[in-house]
Amino acid sequence: MSVFIAKRVLTLIATLIGASMVIFLVMEILPGDPALVILGVDASESAVQTLTKELGLDRPPLERYISWITGLLQGELGNSYAYKVPVWELVQGALLITLPLAIMSIILSIVLALVIGLYAAANHNKAGDVTLMGISQLGISIPNFWLAILLIILFAIELRWLPAGGFPGWDEGILKCLTALLLPSLALATVVGAILARITRSSVLEVFREDYVRTARAKGLSQRATLWRHVLRNALIPVLTVTGIQFAALLTGTVVVENVFHIPGLGSLVLKAINNRDTIVVENVVLLLATMVITVNFLVDILYAVIDPRLKAHDI
Amino acid sequence: MTLLSVQDLTVTLATNDGPARAVRDLSFTLEKGETLGIVGESGCGKSMAALALMGLLPSMSKTTGRINLDGKNLLEKTETEMCRIRGNRMAMIFQEPMTSLNPVHTIGHQIMEPLRLHKGLSDDDAHKETIRLLDRVGIPNPKARIDNYPHQLSGGQRQRVMIAIALSCKPHILIADEPTTALDVTIQDQILDLIQTLVREDGMALILISHDLGVISENTEKILVMYGGAAVETGRTDRIFEELVHPYTQGLFAAMPRLGRARSKRLVTIPGTVPDLISLPAGCTFTDRCPLATDICRETPPPVIEVKGQHFVACHHVEEARARKTEELFS
Repeated sequence: MSVFIAKRVLTLIATLIGASMVIFLVMEILPGDPALVILGVDASESAVQTLTKELGLDRPPLERYISWITGLLQGELGNSYAYKVPVWELVQGALLITLPLAIMSIILSIVLALVIGLYAAANHNKAGDVTLMGISQLGISIPNFWLAILLIILFAIELRWLPAGGFPGWDEGILKCLTALLLPSLALATVVGAILARITRSSVLEVFREDYVRTARAKGLSQRATLWRHVLRNALIPVLTVTGIQFAALLTGTVVVENVFHIPGLGSLVLKAINNRDTIVVENVVLLLATMVITVNFLVDILYAVIDPRLKAHDI
Repeated sequence: MTLLSVQDLTVTLATNDGPARAVRDLSFTLEKGETLGIVGESGCGKSMAALALMGLLPSMSKTTGRINLDGKNLLEKTETEMCRIRGNRMAMIFQEPMTSLNPVHTIGHQIMEPLRLHKGLSDDDAHKETIRLLDRVGIPNPKARIDNYPHQLSGGQRQRVMIAIALSCKPHILIADEPTTALDVTIQDQILDLIQTLVREDGMALILISHDLGVISENTEKILVMYGGAAVETGRTDRIFEELVHPYTQGLFAAMPRLGRARSKRLVTIPGTVPDLISLPAGCTFTDRCPLATDICRETPPPVIEVKGQHFVACHHVEEARARKTEELFS
């Protein structure tokens, strides 16, 4: 087990180093001069040059990459070019919205998926199964921003149960914040939950055809006991894989829904930073997102080994 | 009272091409401690008959007839009642030891499951009993092996674990569906010996299913030869091997490789292939491959004729089949 984890940790570090290089290179290639964007197109050449020097952008790329990484290792992210405040301050605020939003969405998705997927599998080819799978097909097809607008119309404008958008900030109390995040997470969870429900269903049905399920039934276990004790754990492996991928997508891909609800999350932050050519913010946020995605995958890998004992043996 | 009495068991499977009669009008009895061999080619309905006994057929299937266990018809029992019988009064071992155990649970956990379910044993007692069972089926060092996962065991050992699971609640009937087909030849005899010993020690009745006449002849007292879902020849093993009567049984026997046969002789095969269960003839299922077949075979189900004491054959042309030598029928 420890060898298994050590291998995964090394992979994680190597991936992060690779990711940081790619991010830095892409931002180097990206046209547009931060100083010019900050000062405006009418700024004099000398002013632009002064600001470039001030921001440290006149140094060769390799030197800037190394100082970025050494800064990161010391917990120093640098200052935003556009806002002149520490990058961490900008990131922190956005992260505290996007992360809870993503977690809420994935929990909601998993609950939806397990309930729908297991019910559909248990009633394979019956009316309930067909109806639920039809609805889930619809759930996958609906663009989440459009669903978000529908949710706002129904729950915020017609019923007036939930706020239409915005985020009060964590100082206002947890309940208020979670209420504000409920509609956005519902919009996100519908699509993800629909995908996961279909995978749960097909995975459970597939495992039900396995020989060891027949063995369990031959022991005298009921259909239900077999489902819980023998089918579910085996069926969870593909569901877990896709959950990991979907969670990573939620962390990085909430920008559209964030915009619909006017929530200042990471997606909105990075979009603004790109427009401002605030490269230092972009680099740090993207690296942070990459870290989170890789960490999620790492956790999924560890969970595989917990679920399936064969994996440990293969990896050691 | 007869332990198990099967009467006119018919299993119809719903397939995409229409209903398939996987088992037709099968009847046999099994006394306490008796051993019965069911033999036939793949697809002849042996496994379906076994699954029907256990009540584990696929959901899209229909079973008619009677399966009387101690005089009570299993086909009339509810699912909950069947759960109390499976693994407790009637247990089954399957063909594929590599896939018949759940990969995510230890073998100990899997053996303890029926003990807790049917015998209501505490964790502690179930653990002790499992170690005893593992020792009994010949797993070395059971105290350490109890925590192993299936992938840490060889095929033969896994089949031993399957046997331990099946025997855990001391069933009255053990059904072994091709228990050695997936194993090395050297292991096959060990597993069959083990099953024989345990069945004898516990006084269990055994239904051994195999495509191998040799395995059946060595391990059972009674034989039921199946073809196309129907029984074609039944009787006491020694009587049947004294004189194979049904053309199919003769063909099956002739197709067995034997030591000492002249090398120049090619191995005999039965011409044709196993029939499609959907479009079987109304009469004898062997009609299309039988060298003795006439029009009556196709149209009318064959009568069951007792050729000698305790030896029954379902054939329209019993006298001709007895008169002709196997070599003449299949060459």
